[in-house]
Amino acid sequence: MALPQKSRKANYAWRMFANHMATGLAVLSTILVVAPLIAIFVYLLYKGASSLNLAFFTKTPAPVGESGGGMANAIVGSGILLALSSLLGVPVGIGAGIYLSEFGRGGKLANFVRFTADVLNGVPSIVMGISIYSLIVLPQKHFSALSGGVALGVMMIPTITRTTEEMLLMVPNAIREAALGLGVPNWRSVLSISLKTASPGVITGCMLAFARVAGETAPLLFTAFGNQFWSANINQPIAALPLQIYVYALSPYDEWHRLAWAGALVLILLIVISVSLVRYVTTRGVLKGAS
Amino acid sequence: MLICSLSIFGIVALIAYELVARSQLTIHKFGLQFFFKQAWDPVNGDFGALPFIYGTLVSSIVALIIAVPLAVGVAVFLTEMCPKFLRGPLAFLTELLAAIPSVVYGLWAVFILVPILREHLNPFLMKTLGWTGLFTGPNYGIGMLAAGVILAIMILPIISSLTREVMTAVPHTQREAVLALGATRWEMIRMGVLRNARIGIVGSIILGLGRALGETIAVTMVIGNRPEIVKSLLGLGYSMSSVIANEFSEASDDLYLSALIEIGLALFIVTIIVNAIARLLVWAVTRGAPPRVA
Repeated sequence: MALPQKSRKANYAWRMFANHMATGLAVLSTILVVAPLIAIFVYLLYKGASSLNLAFFTKTPAPVGESGGGMANAIVGSGILLALSSLLGVPVGIGAGIYLSEFGRGGKLANFVRFTADVLNGVPSIVMGISIYSLIVLPQKHFSALSGGVALGVMMIPTITRTTEEMLLMVPNAIREAALGLGVPNWRSVLSISLKTASPGVITGCMLAFARVAGETAPLLFTAFGNQFWSANINQPIAALPLQIYVYALSPYDEWHRLAWAGALVLILLIVISVSLVRYVTTRGVLKGAS
Repeated sequence: MLICSLSIFGIVALIAYELVARSQLTIHKFGLQFFFKQAWDPVNGDFGALPFIYGTLVSSIVALIIAVPLAVGVAVFLTEMCPKFLRGPLAFLTELLAAIPSVVYGLWAVFILVPILREHLNPFLMKTLGWTGLFTGPNYGIGMLAAGVILAIMILPIISSLTREVMTAVPHTQREAVLALGATRWEMIRMGVLRNARIGIVGSIILGLGRALGETIAVTMVIGNRPEIVKSLLGLGYSMSSVIANEFSEASDDLYLSALIEIGLALFIVTIIVNAIARLLVWAVTRGAPPRVA
């Protein structure tokens, strides 16, 4: 560059300045992003822990105006809903993932299925809620735990499908060839060789999907609907932890706000524990058997 | 296995069919006019979705304006500047942000964020930027701005983790080449990394937009729920997803229900298009397409 000496110096100073500015801004934005996370956790612990007690886990909600009461029925209800959704989501998701990686690899159909799974993943949860409402609740003419479970299960499918596929793709071909070389039929090799090798990763995917739907509220608004009492009947409306938090947070009563914070703390502990468990397992090498 | 994968088609097709079938009433009665009308009068059976579309768009745009620079900053810091021992924990923390359920964000927003906005940020914005007309009117705390801020916090992890993925996919030789020409670190990031990754970054931003458009619970809790179009960001609004969440179970007659389902259908179509574009862009970069240098 044929710049005069002075402006070259100024130019250099400017470049160093820009460099430091960029570093500073990047650090600042990281702090700004981590701050709300820490704020959320601190408030949850502070507000939630002070109102957590044994009654929270053993009692049903108290009537308006009375203190005490808990969310025992909502915790059990969430458990039932998640069990129902796993019954639907896990087999279908894993099956589709196996198809994508083992049978349809590289095919046109597989690409299309993959794309549809991504589309399904992006469907807003409230839209999922109203479509399950018109598919199941309207013909049945009543809200039910079953419809809530189906809504959550459908939301689990794309996540599980994509992680199963990715994990199966990491299984080396040599292992498959070895199995086939021994005369094992293809379906057997897929199930007991490929899937077994990839199983830790597949389980991780299922856990992630589980953690994601555990906190979903919107699809349950018009399907599981919520319930103030004990119910384990899958044909009846059922309580769920996120729903209960939503209703309580918007109520005008301090007592209910307190319970909402406690519920949020329980919910988030559940999710954080499962996510960190997953992270712990994956960072220790998912496919130990494969290498 | 084939049945399982075909069932995914089936599910998407069923969702689409149900939404179209149940919204026939308003589609026939109002036609395209439905999306350009301001009226929302369940009593007289007059429905228009414009206020909700406006609310969804504005809150999402506010969210993007806040989230994009922060997310890219975090991604740059984590991939290019961060000391190794901090990288793992920080990445984990930002991922954790994605795992928090939206109802918990909503709870936090109602009791912590809204008071902060009402007491501190909003008066400040009204004083300094009131002349733009975007920050005027009564200061409720809840409203468009609150919805935008909580949405920004929610879409940050998506944008930053995908941006990080795209940035790590940029080959190391690119960075070394720029450094060898005497560039500072920032110039290396700007010319060597961001320029090559920009298509993927745009993709991840659009993916974040898709999430923001469909987000329901947290937005419903803070946006104010009033079907009006107000220019001020401090004013109360309503979004497409929150009108469904709030009014679906009270929709007494068929026309009302059909109007709500048509809003759902519109949301479904828009998020599909947005997600498809985003996926294609992200794939184009991470799948080893030749990096484009402009």
